[in-house]
Amino acid sequence: MSKIFISGNHAFAEAALRAGCQCYFGYPITPQNELGEYMADHMRKLDRVFIQSESETAAINMVIGSAATGARVMTSSSSPGVSLKQEGISFLAGFELPAVIVNVMRGGPGLGNIAPSQGDYFQATRGGGHGDYRTPVFAPASVQEIADLTYHAFDVADRYRTPVMMLSDGMMGQMKEPVVFPEPIGKLPDKEWALKGRGDGPSRYICSLILDVVEMERHNWKLVRKYDEIEKNEILYEEYMLDDAEIVVIAYGTTARIAKGAIKRVRKDGVRAGMLRPITLWPFPKKALADLCARIRQFVVFEMSTGQMLEDVQIALAGRADIVFHGRPGGVVPMPVEFARIIYREYQKMTKPQI
Amino acid sequence: MKLKNAWPKYYKKGVVTHYCPGCGHGIVHRIVAEVLEELDLGKRAIGVNPAGCAVLAYLYFDFDVIESAHGRGTAIATGIKRSRPDLFVFTYQGDGDLSAIGTAETIHSANRGENICVIFINNAVYGMTGGQLAPTTLIDMKTTTTPLGRDPKYDGYPLHITDVVAQFPGVVYAERVAVDGPAGIRKTKKAITNAFKTQVEGLGYSIIEVLSPCPTNWKLSPVDSFKWVTEVMMKEFPTGVLTDKRPGKE
Repeated sequence: MSKIFISGNHAFAEAALRAGCQCYFGYPITPQNELGEYMADHMRKLDRVFIQSESETAAINMVIGSAATGARVMTSSSSPGVSLKQEGISFLAGFELPAVIVNVMRGGPGLGNIAPSQGDYFQATRGGGHGDYRTPVFAPASVQEIADLTYHAFDVADRYRTPVMMLSDGMMGQMKEPVVFPEPIGKLPDKEWALKGRGDGPSRYICSLILDVVEMERHNWKLVRKYDEIEKNEILYEEYMLDDAEIVVIAYGTTARIAKGAIKRVRKDGVRAGMLRPITLWPFPKKALADLCARIRQFVVFEMSTGQMLEDVQIALAGRADIVFHGRPGGVVPMPVEFARIIYREYQKMTKPQI
Repeated sequence: MKLKNAWPKYYKKGVVTHYCPGCGHGIVHRIVAEVLEELDLGKRAIGVNPAGCAVLAYLYFDFDVIESAHGRGTAIATGIKRSRPDLFVFTYQGDGDLSAIGTAETIHSANRGENICVIFINNAVYGMTGGQLAPTTLIDMKTTTTPLGRDPKYDGYPLHITDVVAQFPGVVYAERVAVDGPAGIRKTKKAITNAFKTQVEGLGYSIIEVLSPCPTNWKLSPVDSFKWVTEVMMKEFPTGVLTDKRPGKE
């Protein structure tokens, strides 16, 4: 398979096509428009479904209808649009329907701007909509990873019958890189639970309304058992230069890319820095972080937000190590030198005894 | 002797509905089940039930059903029909669902000419939440949120959404009917049959608005409620075919 030079937004779409995505529903919003445009260009040629809906709300509900029939289905948007999809994502979780939702994040709150940001971490990892549920969240840090993780996301969605979120940002979406795509899927999974008309069998229904509180509680715990399975099996993270590290950066997506540059830079000055990069944000690699505490005293958290993943790091480390946070919200993309200065400063504090 | 009122094949046996005495939902449910049987559609039918009094319709219908968030029925139906054009897809929605919170979905699914059917129950009031102002509430009609009656200067006017979408080229069949008595019920069944056939023939979108009694929230007896549909509601919402763009019918 040869390499293709492609943007992140196009890679989301191409990977979805190869994963057997049969229907795409979306509404234009910057900085992810190229994704929907790629789908408009390709889906109908392949005899699949593309609809530009009247709103993000309508798009996610079309996703629900499509997923209910057993189709592989995707929608994409950016921060304000993903807020509108939250009602539907809650229903997907309650209905136990698989779908892939792409969020190419931009600055917020409100309309914010169209520059890259990581301000939707809480929304993505805490459910986002109403009710007791979780959504697996993948955070790619390269266009190659966009391709691989999007393809993988469809499998995870189907395996656990859950909505899955791809959490990216304007930088990842707009950036072009060489990518080797996964081979197009052969056979799609059978979904005996899907609505296909009753035929000669008994009628079935998909509902999230459970008026009996005891039954509703049972449903909630059933979902939790599923989330426990996901936590057990699906955590992904990357270890970067951790073997001899004394100071460890925690960052994801675009920020992790920048942090790699910073780590290379400070290593030239003898700073033994490394990084643990969460690839799944939920489930969060808590145990991997906790294990690092045994030998690492200083962690540095970088985000393009005011400190959201920071809280998961705090939970994972449970006070057993020091955490320094540096965030650039609002669409500002930091430079490697900016991160390098912070890592260098903290390393100096750590290694030079204070008088 | 032939039994005229056999139990419809696609209506569950031995279940008691939660609908109030005199409510129109039970009548329309039965009509839907009968027409699905008569057109032999029940085996490949998927109904989309709303948030509202009919949210529990899946407990009564004996064909496949999916629940919808409030107002989103036609978007869900779009997703189903586009994924599986061989299935027969219809939504069942109330006036708050279809013409307040779901207005955008209603308008745009109609404008796309989705090959689906919409059964629109208009009882001029929010039923399940206890009788609040609906877009279709009549002028001067008292509801729990218009305690002095609907004042159009303050609360706006009754919304005629079926008349609106009937103007769209993609809406092939639109009719307003009323389950206000035996004649109205027969007309309702005819209208729903026309709508269902429209989809089967692949012609496009159809919507049947059914004026339907809600004695509990109207604070009338069931008998007076049926009279109220005929004598009051039908003045604001006259029954009849609003558009029929089927070949040979124009």
